[in-house]
Amino acid sequence: MGLYEILFWFLTVMALGCALGVILSRNPISSVLFLIATFFAISGHYILMNAQFLAIVNIIVYAGAIMVLFLFVIMLMNLNADTEPQKNRLIQLAGVISGGILFLVILGALRNVPVASLERTNTGIGLIKNLGKVLFTQFVLPFEISSVLFLSAMIGAIVIGRKE
Amino acid sequence: MPIQYYLFLSMALFCIGIMGTLMRRNAIIIFMCIELMLNAVNLLMVAFSKMYGDAQAQVFVFFIMVVAAAEVSVGLAIIVMMYRKVHSVDINILNRLKH
Repeated sequence: MGLYEILFWFLTVMALGCALGVILSRNPISSVLFLIATFFAISGHYILMNAQFLAIVNIIVYAGAIMVLFLFVIMLMNLNADTEPQKNRLIQLAGVISGGILFLVILGALRNVPVASLERTNTGIGLIKNLGKVLFTQFVLPFEISSVLFLSAMIGAIVIGRKE
Repeated sequence: MPIQYYLFLSMALFCIGIMGTLMRRNAIIIFMCIELMLNAVNLLMVAFSKMYGDAQAQVFVFFIMVVAAAEVSVGLAIIVMMYRKVHSVDINILNRLKH
């Protein structure tokens, strides 16, 4: 068992444990912190799969921007107390059971997929040079459209969040 | 590392996100679980990109991140507006569309 496998299992356990922490912790602030830890574990997986650019973008965009936005909203609305009434055990049980059944269904459907190993070849694919070439030749129109999407999202957030 | 391990990992992350969406009542935590599901899909797409040696899936992951960022900004604005109106983020209060 080499370093690659040890890192893989460590990151897998970290991702799954922190994802369970997100949905099980009572305090929303600790949920956000668990989610940031999950994103770091997923970024580690990206680095293991030679997707270095996406690993950095994942940390900058998700852990750096989106989660800070979540923290701002939680702290501005003073939600860090446990405001959630825990009376409805039946709905929680139903949620866990239906999620577990979905997991079992996909597991049963994908149990027999043919084994394809991820070899460590063609390692330069996730670098920013290669991805930038693909992004600005094949995907240049969606790239420009996504800037319009961002503009509309920005205007929409301002209009919705404005006090009238 | 076989592709199955990444398949099962992202499946487990996706199902944890679904469980959280179904069992929590706090709108912000439900939103975070949706982000968790998006990240599970991203992880699987990067694994397939590695398997086929193709960069297009990674560009798609990049676009998913773009859409997620736009979605979070609008969604959090909606949650803030909802909190101003009803002083709670419990989604059980938001069932007025039913009546």
